[in-house]
Amino acid sequence: MHLLEVNEMSIQFGGLKAVDDITFAVDKGEILGLIGPNGAGKTTIFNLLTSVYTPTSGDILLNGKSIVGNSTWQTVDSGLARTFQNIRLFKNLSALDNVRIGFHGLEHYSLASTLLRLPSYWRDEKDLTRKALAILDIFGLKSIAGVQAQNLPYGQQRKLEICRALASDPQLLLLDEPAAGMNPTETQELMSMIRFVKDHFKLAIILIEHDMSLVMNICERLIVLDYGRIIARGLPDEIKQNQAVITAYLGNPLEEDA
Amino acid sequence: MMPKKKIRSYLINLAAAAFVFIVVYLALQLGWINSYYRSILILICINSIMTISLNLATGLLGELCLGHAGFMAVGAYTTALISLNSGLPTYVGLTLGILAGAVTAGIAAVLVGIPALRLRGDYLAIITLAFGQIITILIRSLGFTGGALGLNGIPLTTDFPLTYWMLIVTMYIVYALIRSRQGRAILAIREDDIAAEASGINVTRYKMLAFVISAMLAGVAGALYAHYQGVLTPEKFDYNYSIDFMVMVVFGGMGSITGSILAAIVLTILPQLLYGFSDYRMLLYSILLIALMIFKPSGLLGQKELSQRVFQRLGRQLLGKKPQTVPVEADIPTTVVDEDTYLTEQGSGDSGVGGSSTRGQENLPVSGTPIAEAEGKHQERLGLDTQGDEPLTRKHKGRR
Repeated sequence: MHLLEVNEMSIQFGGLKAVDDITFAVDKGEILGLIGPNGAGKTTIFNLLTSVYTPTSGDILLNGKSIVGNSTWQTVDSGLARTFQNIRLFKNLSALDNVRIGFHGLEHYSLASTLLRLPSYWRDEKDLTRKALAILDIFGLKSIAGVQAQNLPYGQQRKLEICRALASDPQLLLLDEPAAGMNPTETQELMSMIRFVKDHFKLAIILIEHDMSLVMNICERLIVLDYGRIIARGLPDEIKQNQAVITAYLGNPLEEDA
Repeated sequence: MMPKKKIRSYLINLAAAAFVFIVVYLALQLGWINSYYRSILILICINSIMTISLNLATGLLGELCLGHAGFMAVGAYTTALISLNSGLPTYVGLTLGILAGAVTAGIAAVLVGIPALRLRGDYLAIITLAFGQIITILIRSLGFTGGALGLNGIPLTTDFPLTYWMLIVTMYIVYALIRSRQGRAILAIREDDIAAEASGINVTRYKMLAFVISAMLAGVAGALYAHYQGVLTPEKFDYNYSIDFMVMVVFGGMGSITGSILAAIVLTILPQLLYGFSDYRMLLYSILLIALMIFKPSGLLGQKELSQRVFQRLGRQLLGKKPQTVPVEADIPTTVVDEDTYLTEQGSGDSGVGGSSTRGQENLPVSGTPIAEAEGKHQERLGLDTQGDEPLTRKHKGRR
């Protein structure tokens, strides 16, 4: 059984088929790259996987169970976490609180425990804070745990978003352009971090990215999208040579000559 | 178990609350405060409860609620009817009445919230606006509420100790709620509901939770008000009354509990002080509000709180001891170093009662500790550079 199975998934917005008949699977411990020109439907696929949109047809199975029709928070609870293309942190809260919010589904003390400050509250809060700091530590953010998210430099905000996603203890992590706006050094650092995270947390990762050096380096398999369809799939080296991919990115040389 | 530091902090807060109570209570008993000011004191407490309650819905959850006086009316009428008709001994009736007021206001909030809170956007503002209107019309047209004449002869059992301790309980409930997983979920929804949902938070459920608790507290305030005023008329709970509380919330700072109390104090006393200039009263009131919005748009305290730490720092400052924190703060771009340095806390992360900062086992400073301070000390001990391995962008105030 695959960790994630997507079967003939499509979604239609009015007359536009944004994602058209897509089938793929992801296994444990794998990094799958999702690439394609702007508007190809990459982020829409993420929104479908996280139940923000409901597919018009087709099915999504996580651990063999369909997640179509779930609410987003239920999907997150069942082991899927994501980051956003445009950073969406809780800006006025501290970095630590951002990560602690990520733990939401994993702590279960009740409202009564909160209001009466019962022992379960103190125990869980302590435990949770320790775990949150441990995650921040992995990304070298422990020293800024108390800083408001909006006051962090851009690169750290990106990392913090990954921390928050990891806090929900996912089996599958969806990263939407994690290297956007980073300089080459930061990208290098991020790359090794993604590898580390994958091994350390035993995750599968789906990665949307425009930085080809990152994608080709880190992804074991690639799926190339154009106009909502899969136009190629395979190993990074095969994709580099693929004529359909080159055409999608650069246009058809013959057409332009004509 | 509860960490020792927390026990101490809770006790200090309780002692501070008791101290204020004893001082004011003695002053009342000894006749230093006349009955006119006594009634203003009670009104301040009731308004504070209302403002904190509205702040929970507006400043902390981030939903605009324009009919909060409606929930207050539900609580007030429920209590009044119980006191007038049940024939129970006065204080039993009062206790029961306050609880019933909270419950009915909560039920009203569920009914309002079910359609409005499932949606994103400002639907709650519109629906609560309508709710406020509908409630006054309902009260006017129903028989058992006394119609337009209102209810008379409600026993005047609301006194200063009762309202004061209800205010303290209200503060505790909101603080305790905010510094918990439920509270963080509520704050997350205010900050970004899409990201909150993507973090596994059931957005509708927590919106409902905050909204219902907020309405229940408004119901309590209404119950106290009914027994303070002795007379209830539907006109009292109109749209303007809701807006009065909204003004207090904005004045004190959206999301600041202590700010709400400050605002309730200022904006309850101010109209009384200006009573002599009845022609210019509203003019002065408006000028004050406009001035505040120009010079401090985030309200008196913004999202900050007056907490023990603030008083500690203030004390250190007054005693002429140099706070050890300043040099470190200058190096780390926290929220600090601005005109409010000595009022500054971490957003909603830290505040008076209690303090959620559960410390990690490595004795690391966390949650809401002005990290600059604590982290600075920590790192100095270790002999580390405070800047860490990545260069932090600095914010230079006053230079662009």
